[in-house]
Amino acid sequence: MPLLENGHPVEDTWRYAVEGEALGAGDVIVPFDRLSEGLGRAEGRLGVILPNSESVSVLKEALPKLAVIVVTFPIFRDGRAFSQARALREHLHFTGEVRASGHILPDQYEFLIRCGVNTVEVSGNTDMAAWERALHHFTIATQPSPVLDEKPTGFGLRRFLATP
Amino acid sequence: MSTETMTRAEAAPAVLPVGRYGYDQVDRTFLRERIEQFRDQVNRRIAGDLTEEEFKPLRLMNGLYLQLHAYMLRVAVPYGTLGSKQVRALARIAREFDKGYGHFTTRQNIQFNWIKLEDTVAALEVLAEADMHAIQTSGNCIRNITSDEFAGAAKDELLDPRVHAEILRQWSTLHPEFTFLPRKFKFAISGSPHDRVVARFHDIGLIARPGPHGRPVFEVFVGGGLGRTPLVGVSLRDDLPEEDLLAYMEAILRVYNAHGRRDNIYKARIKILVQALGTDEFRRQVEEEFAAMDRARYRIEPALVEAIKARFGAPDFAPEGNAAAVLAEDRRRDVRFDAWVRTNTHEHKAPGYISLVVSLKPAGGIPGDATAEQLDLLADLADEFSFGELRVTHLQNVVLGHVRQDQLHTVWQRLSQAGLGTANVNFITDIVACPGLDYCALANARSIPIAQKLSSRFADLELQREIGDLRINISGCINACGHHHAAHLGILGVDKRGQEAFQITLGGSGEEDASIGQILGPAMAEDETVDAVARLIDLYLVRRENGERFLDTYRRVGTAAFKDVVYAPA
Repeated sequence: MPLLENGHPVEDTWRYAVEGEALGAGDVIVPFDRLSEGLGRAEGRLGVILPNSESVSVLKEALPKLAVIVVTFPIFRDGRAFSQARALREHLHFTGEVRASGHILPDQYEFLIRCGVNTVEVSGNTDMAAWERALHHFTIATQPSPVLDEKPTGFGLRRFLATP
Repeated sequence: MSTETMTRAEAAPAVLPVGRYGYDQVDRTFLRERIEQFRDQVNRRIAGDLTEEEFKPLRLMNGLYLQLHAYMLRVAVPYGTLGSKQVRALARIAREFDKGYGHFTTRQNIQFNWIKLEDTVAALEVLAEADMHAIQTSGNCIRNITSDEFAGAAKDELLDPRVHAEILRQWSTLHPEFTFLPRKFKFAISGSPHDRVVARFHDIGLIARPGPHGRPVFEVFVGGGLGRTPLVGVSLRDDLPEEDLLAYMEAILRVYNAHGRRDNIYKARIKILVQALGTDEFRRQVEEEFAAMDRARYRIEPALVEAIKARFGAPDFAPEGNAAAVLAEDRRRDVRFDAWVRTNTHEHKAPGYISLVVSLKPAGGIPGDATAEQLDLLADLADEFSFGELRVTHLQNVVLGHVRQDQLHTVWQRLSQAGLGTANVNFITDIVACPGLDYCALANARSIPIAQKLSSRFADLELQREIGDLRINISGCINACGHHHAAHLGILGVDKRGQEAFQITLGGSGEEDASIGQILGPAMAEDETVDAVARLIDLYLVRRENGERFLDTYRRVGTAAFKDVVYAPA
């Protein structure tokens, strides 16, 4: 599944744990219910999938050992992961990779970034140009992002968006 | 440029629109970008890159619904305030893209019922030229922020709520975290102790008042609403300081976004969450989130409020002179005008001025409808007599906020000539009705014909004056867009074995004595319902005591007598 960063495909060096198989060595993303198993490993970096029904506080203890947190969209209309991504940055001060996966539309890309997501897994048959365009549709936002330092435009709440 | 380095003169152009935030090039660029995004979405839908299921929420967030017969475009009117140029743009859309009408809604918006999908982008461009849009007039996001139709004019007002309504509008527009909520989310804000915004029936209702150090504080109501589960909102806190307004709103929305139900569309509104958790637990969760936030990032500094306020034009009121005396003389000489002044005006804070309500409820008319010609006339009158500004009310009328008292008679004559001089505001024919089954894909029954029949039945103005204040609201289905629960006399259209039928509710109020109307009994056919309403009115006239409104008499006498007269006619 292609991974996007700043509107461009990047190499995904992570693999997802396979159900029923040992985690093995290397960089692996585990489901939430295998987090303790992942934390018990001696080698390799660790990522975790955060179900969108969980509070981010469930990752508090594990946080220093996590390099990737995947927030999930079972369907694009279920916006819980926006709040989770923002809370990971704002409340837990997580500085690693926050990755969005699931059913996501290019039209949500800017929102994801402004909530603190930095990579997005997109489906293989998606029109990459639509994602690229989505990142440049808007040069202005009308509210401060809780997680990004954007430049105010002069007065009010409006912000110039950073150009990737 | 930062707020600090920009002077007031740079922030404010020479001429600012009165009563609403004046766009600058940044705001206009944002709108252009939004239109281009929508054009792209339409193209991707046509190319098959977006499924209809994916496209639907995107078009909804641009105000475009697919209704029974056609697309409907709902245009945003932030806090209900419009400029004359904007009203002319609406008239143009009515003429060029619709069948010559616009329909004002209970959310202080205006909608057009006959828009073609291929004309939508062009209509959005006409709107953008007048600094308007249709962003977030639908969808599971924060909807239009409604406010008091007499904001900045009412004598009883403590604080003009429109600057904070604008702050909330900006904050909520394409908010990255809150654009895919469990369900739609509605705000109302008022600065008057007399609740004219139905604050207690909103997801969040805010009542502003001056606080310590001259900065506003807010009472925050949450979890009110109508629809299937009508509930009066609970007061979450009474003393929210201005600087924490956005932080606290974010905290509420975050609790809702995380825990609002997504498994059942009928249980997805915040009111259900507040009920399920209980007010204390809901408040605790909001306070917990609020305490965890880096509040400095959200703080609304007085400088920011002042900068936005500086984008609002203020009316330059003339000295009082003999305006009041002229009005008194005009009223003495013309009894019809006098009757209209009594019902259709509201006391103004500036000496010599008055606010007037243009009734969009002529006898037998369709509540909230205005023709393109009437819209143009309203724009002309606003320019000539009210600083170019109009307001839309949640009761589907239009307000000219600041008219000189000595010019009121002229304005009334001009309105009357165009069929807009009906003296029935807050009377039995000042009916609120949703579009119903004539237009709406959700409705079970038509709201418009029964509204027209009631309006014709009680058309006699003398009779209406005799009956006095009586709020009738009609909804064509349980979703309650016509706010029937909040009416003194509500009418709900239902489907009874394939036939349209109507239930009557009594005793509702949307004001500070908020209450939910009680269902009187089984539904009846349309004509039976109209007769039943007539009998209810007769009973009220017999039973009322010293100046009681219908609502007061109902509350004192109780349901039984009213039920008897409806279901067991003598």
